Amino acid sequence: MNLQNIFSVIEKSDPEIFDRLDSRRNIMKQFARTSGKIAVASIPFALGSMLQKASAAPPPPTGDSIPDTLNFALTLEYLEANFYIKAVEVGMFPDAASKMAFTTIRDHENAHVNFLKTAISAAGFTPVSFQFADFDFTAKGNFPGVFSDYGTMLAVAQTFEDTGVRAYKGQAPNLMSNNDYLTAALQIHSVEGRHAAHLRYMRRKANLLVPSGIDLKPWITLDQSGIGSAAVQASYDGEQVVNQAGVMITNIGGFDISAEAASEAFDEPLTKEQVLAIVTPFFA
Amino acid sequence: MLNDQTNEVFPEVFSRDGASHLSRRKFFGIMGGTAAVIATASACRKNNGMHNSGINLGSGDTGVLNYAYALEQLEAAFYTQVIKTPYKNMSATEMAYLKDVRDHEIAHREFFKAALSSAAIPALEVDFKKINFNSRDSVLGTAKAFEDLGVSAYNGAGKLLVSADYLTIAGKIVSVEARHAALIRDLIQPGSFADMTVVDAMGLDVVRTPDEVLTIASFFLKSKLNASNLPTS
Repeated sequence: MNLQNIFSVIEKSDPEIFDRLDSRRNIMKQFARTSGKIAVASIPFALGSMLQKASAAPPPPTGDSIPDTLNFALTLEYLEANFYIKAVEVGMFPDAASKMAFTTIRDHENAHVNFLKTAISAAGFTPVSFQFADFDFTAKGNFPGVFSDYGTMLAVAQTFEDTGVRAYKGQAPNLMSNNDYLTAALQIHSVEGRHAAHLRYMRRKANLLVPSGIDLKPWITLDQSGIGSAAVQASYDGEQVVNQAGVMITNIGGFDISAEAASEAFDEPLTKEQVLAIVTPFFA
Repeated sequence: MLNDQTNEVFPEVFSRDGASHLSRRKFFGIMGGTAAVIATASACRKNNGMHNSGINLGSGDTGVLNYAYALEQLEAAFYTQVIKTPYKNMSATEMAYLKDVRDHEIAHREFFKAALSSAAIPALEVDFKKINFNSRDSVLGTAKAFEDLGVSAYNGAGKLLVSADYLTIAGKIVSVEARHAALIRDLIQPGSFADMTVVDAMGLDVVRTPDEVLTIASFFLKSKLNASNLPTS
């Protein structure tokens, strides 16, 4: 499946949806801005009257609509959920603790899928849907051992989580017009951060870091992955920045803050396009 | 063990129930129905009148950033003390981790100070007499509470911000706090990085309002904070 066209899935089931969504993005925003207190589920009803008024609305200035954004998030959650379901099934775990960790993470990703599906449907839109057969977890042969080599499996898991954190961060501004969706997305975002930290902890404990001797921590140091595959580098590019909103973080305020610590202290967002480029090889 | 102490002192806040109820409330907000609106309103009413005297955090985005700055001050001061007076038998690995966390929190604190410039609240006075810095249990228990608190605070503050740039900055910081929280939890109890005390059945992390957060934080602050001008939505 060509991931750039993932939303053709929705289009097929609802051919007019893009017409309706695209031309109405900014209405959606306007609507939410002026009526932030209204429960989200009542939006489809209320939108009906707004859409009629705004048939000549200009194209949206920036950002994706809320349903686009939620479906993008749901796509990533399907990717993760299917990965962990298979990983737990295969069961290459060296001990009970690692199996327990993967089971916990699998359950969270499944819960995220269900949550987003329900939220998208409740708002009157069509959720995307993926199954195991839609994915290629070897990423076109980059990770042939993804379900036969424990180290590869952990490395792919780490990359998914670190990428997920960056993806949600990049999408948050697209949800600002609706407090409920924004808050829920942030609540998922920090859970992905917890997962990422634990997988890094697991990889360090299992002594599976590449190049050997690298000191991989629960946080991202510069743009290091600790993974011996160039295929994951796009998930870490840009994490090395040490300047935030024009403020130099290295040695800030006269404190001894190294460039490493400065980069670790802030996780960086990825755009939807960057994320799609990263995850596309994982789709069959 | 501080964990137990804090659970006695703040039974609602350091146990997960208050928080997961809140998430459920949010969920029903999304699922629709006026019950959610009412529930939220009554939650707000309960908190009215708290944290309304002392250092004024301000209003709008500035107020929210000062709120974050206050929490980062608390965290940075805590880890600075942890490294200055390491607990008994702190391993080299734990020392390295905790030094990193200290540096991150100092970076956050100093970032907000610089970004807020003349609008920044002054340096806060902390009160750490409830913490036994010689005890690993006490230090890590407090660290866990602070990190989980920080995550829930940023998760709750996102919707209060108007500027997308500030939201992104808050997002850049909160995931690092989540990484800290996971690590500290794993140091205390391996595998507890995202257990049921912080992640609910829908896979959602904790979210708290400024009033809820400041009620907890105030146990560790001599300075009083006035959050009455903060936005509420």
